[in-house]
Amino acid sequence: MDFSLPTEPMNHKRKNPDPSPDSDESTTQLSSPFPDEVLERVLSLLNSRKDRNSVSLVCKDWYDAERWSRTHVFIGNCYSVSPEILTRRFPNIRSVTLKGKPRFSDFDLVPPKWGAYVHSWLLVFATKYHFLEELRLKRMTVSDENLKLLALSFPNFKALSLLSCDGFSTDGLASITTHCKNLTELDIQENDIDDKSGKWLSCFPENFMSLEVLNFANLNSDVNFEALERLVSRCKSLKVLKVNENMTLEQLHRLLVLAPHLRELGTGSLLQELTPRQHSELKSAFNNCKNLNMLSGFYEVTSIFLPVLYPACTSLTFLNLSYAALRSDELSNLLVHCPLLQRLWVLDSVEDEGLEAVGSNCPLLEELRVFPASDPFEDEILHGVTEAGFLAVSYGCKKLHYVLYFCRQMTNAAVATIVQNCPDFTHFRLCIMNPRQPDYQTNEPMDEAFGAVVKTCTKLRRLAVSGLLTDLTFEYIGKYANNLETLSVAFAGSSDRGMECVLKGCPKLRKLEIRDCPFGNAALLSSFRKYESMRSLWMSGCKVTMDGCRLLAQEMPRLNVEVIRECGNDGFQADKLYVYRSVAGPRKDAPSFVLTL
Amino acid sequence: MSVPLEHDYIGLSSEAVPSMEGSERSSSGGLNLNLKATELRLGLPGSESPGRDNGVGVLKSLLVVSGAKRGFSDAIDGGSGKWVFSGNGGSEAELGKGGNLFSPRSVNGGGKGGGCECNNQNTGLGSPVLKDGVVPPPSPKPLQEKKPQLSAPAAKAQVVGWPPIRSFRKNSMATHSPKNDDDAEGKSGSGCLYVKVSMDGAPYLRKVDLKTYGSYMELSSALEKMFSCFTIGQCSSHGVPSRDGLNESRLMDLLSGSEYVLTYEDKDGDWMLVGDVPWEMFTESCKRLRIMKSSEAIGLAPRAMEKCKNRN
Repeated sequence: MDFSLPTEPMNHKRKNPDPSPDSDESTTQLSSPFPDEVLERVLSLLNSRKDRNSVSLVCKDWYDAERWSRTHVFIGNCYSVSPEILTRRFPNIRSVTLKGKPRFSDFDLVPPKWGAYVHSWLLVFATKYHFLEELRLKRMTVSDENLKLLALSFPNFKALSLLSCDGFSTDGLASITTHCKNLTELDIQENDIDDKSGKWLSCFPENFMSLEVLNFANLNSDVNFEALERLVSRCKSLKVLKVNENMTLEQLHRLLVLAPHLRELGTGSLLQELTPRQHSELKSAFNNCKNLNMLSGFYEVTSIFLPVLYPACTSLTFLNLSYAALRSDELSNLLVHCPLLQRLWVLDSVEDEGLEAVGSNCPLLEELRVFPASDPFEDEILHGVTEAGFLAVSYGCKKLHYVLYFCRQMTNAAVATIVQNCPDFTHFRLCIMNPRQPDYQTNEPMDEAFGAVVKTCTKLRRLAVSGLLTDLTFEYIGKYANNLETLSVAFAGSSDRGMECVLKGCPKLRKLEIRDCPFGNAALLSSFRKYESMRSLWMSGCKVTMDGCRLLAQEMPRLNVEVIRECGNDGFQADKLYVYRSVAGPRKDAPSFVLTL
Repeated sequence: MSVPLEHDYIGLSSEAVPSMEGSERSSSGGLNLNLKATELRLGLPGSESPGRDNGVGVLKSLLVVSGAKRGFSDAIDGGSGKWVFSGNGGSEAELGKGGNLFSPRSVNGGGKGGGCECNNQNTGLGSPVLKDGVVPPPSPKPLQEKKPQLSAPAAKAQVVGWPPIRSFRKNSMATHSPKNDDDAEGKSGSGCLYVKVSMDGAPYLRKVDLKTYGSYMELSSALEKMFSCFTIGQCSSHGVPSRDGLNESRLMDLLSGSEYVLTYEDKDGDWMLVGDVPWEMFTESCKRLRIMKSSEAIGLAPRAMEKCKNRN
């Protein structure tokens, strides 16, 4: 949860704005020196969730002022609070962000129909938040009916963002585009969606002009291009346009000519052959895009195409090539034109040489994500990237603070050097793709690598570990990672002690997700009070038993201790455990395979 | 530094790994254990092996894969340049990648166990990344004595949700395989027909785009390059002999003539011999390909013929 909730929700009425001399007790109490509306005005300028939490704890007046002035709420776990409690406390919300399933559901570890239904939230919002403008959902289950309800219930609705959600189809999107007259943002990313057709795009009314963000990059059905063209030409404020891979270069060109003011562009598939005239036309269209900060898409791209982009790259800060299997030379040639790059996502097809080019050309780089180009278990073995690539980047990019790196080999020495070069890491996510792979040079565990990370990077907030790791890694983490908020662990550790060390240390830990580690009941129960200060704990494939979970549930009644029971399970082991704090009590919508203890 | 305890977690005690000298640990059986572990069995790893609790089953499949890989790579002449081992070139490095190591429970969703430690023993190579088709010299191992026969789907016991990539991205990887050297530029984005090709004994699948071939012969030679050690036999050289497809004698020639045959799974889920229908019909109905040992394929022939007859 991001807002601190006292155990009993306070339900103060709005104070009289003009306290008269014979008014109630409020004037005789120690109250804030400001009239409420001034305080509210001041607090309405606060956007940071942390600040708002702090403010709400000062005194009752401030608590009240804060709750009346809050317009945006972020709920990191939709089951931590109920829509009733939420709407009771915050009456004036315009924007809601809701996250549902545990993150490991992205990797198929959570069975379907687990929950995280937006339905109950929308029902309450429809009555309590009539002026809702924005809804951002991540890992929630959304149905077409929900989307229709959304479209019809909120006349001011502006922004819808669906990331990693499931349960709906393009028909649901059609409801949104048909009815939301004030829509500014439609962002549909990486959802498990029933992609029936692209008709939803044609449902925007002909006089509709307010769109600023449109992202349908992950939808496969064709949209009517003429409808899109008309839409783009009408929406003069369009800043973000990310099309799907069916868009041809010719169509892309036409869109660019209509919207040279774009800040973010997602291209389609770039495989078509271009005549020289088309080539130069496209290049000049890109040249006219002076505001382009971000480029993405690039599904299938040939070397011939890339130079067309060069003029547009001069102001680029974010380049997402994670769907384009570029070679090192192709990346290298492209990066020469991107001196201002701050964020780069690539596939490991660029190999270490490509990453050397990153180090040489992108001194302002802050974030690097390297994804595997092919399924390492399925496809031919490509070179991928090694520690050498990461090292090269660390030498050249001193501002690097966010890394997600999928590789096939790593050494302790390399990581130690990397964090020496870049001590400001806030997010260090290293995935050595072979589970339990040691330092390939010394054959030792990777303990010292992550030890170096947590000792050197004092600002570290997020860490994902991999490779062969003993409990020593977790001793280091518990001892040194004082700002760590999220820790992801897989196939690591030697005994309960590992997890115990983490739970005893890491004062700011909020999310702990563990899979396939030898941690059992002793570890789980070692610091059970800690779980109340955390958002959630996930443990799957570990050694925890049902009895251990029951004990935890007994000791900590304000935690929801849920076990996902899989078929074939003997009822003794707790294969998948999800523990989270909640003021809403146990789930009422849990499916039969989720046991709340 | 002695190898720490975690090796035992999945029961994969290091003494069982063949190339480890075994001096640091108390060994129980040492090499004998290895040999026993390499006995061929069909079915999922660990399903019937003794000492399952020690994870020997996992070990067995691991070693079997290693053996397969070694034997397989020996057959590659490195011509295609694609069979390059990243990492330090040790086969152990590939063991993990083979993905066959993981206990069946993992397949059912995040169960216990899961990887194997990867002892990269072949550290004789200084540079970590091998390029350009250099295949590391095979080191002698007891594993190579038997060439394993893995039924294609069962052998790929992968870890669920690993590596941790979102399903959306994984699916995109499946449809957009990375560019390779013989990528023809003329392929427009419209309609690729990727099918997986597995080969008995090979530790990984490949994918081919059927639309890039115009005939069985093209497919055959492409697959030949890819897998380098099978022949489609007489099938390709004759193309489609008649409207009725291959007659029985031709099939028999095919089967007796070569070690491997090419089969495919059609839309009905039946496994058929490649070559018995016209090419276009084949590309439309083929869901996946499998290069099968001809001894295993004998049973297919009559069915293929029957299906042919039924079609006519």
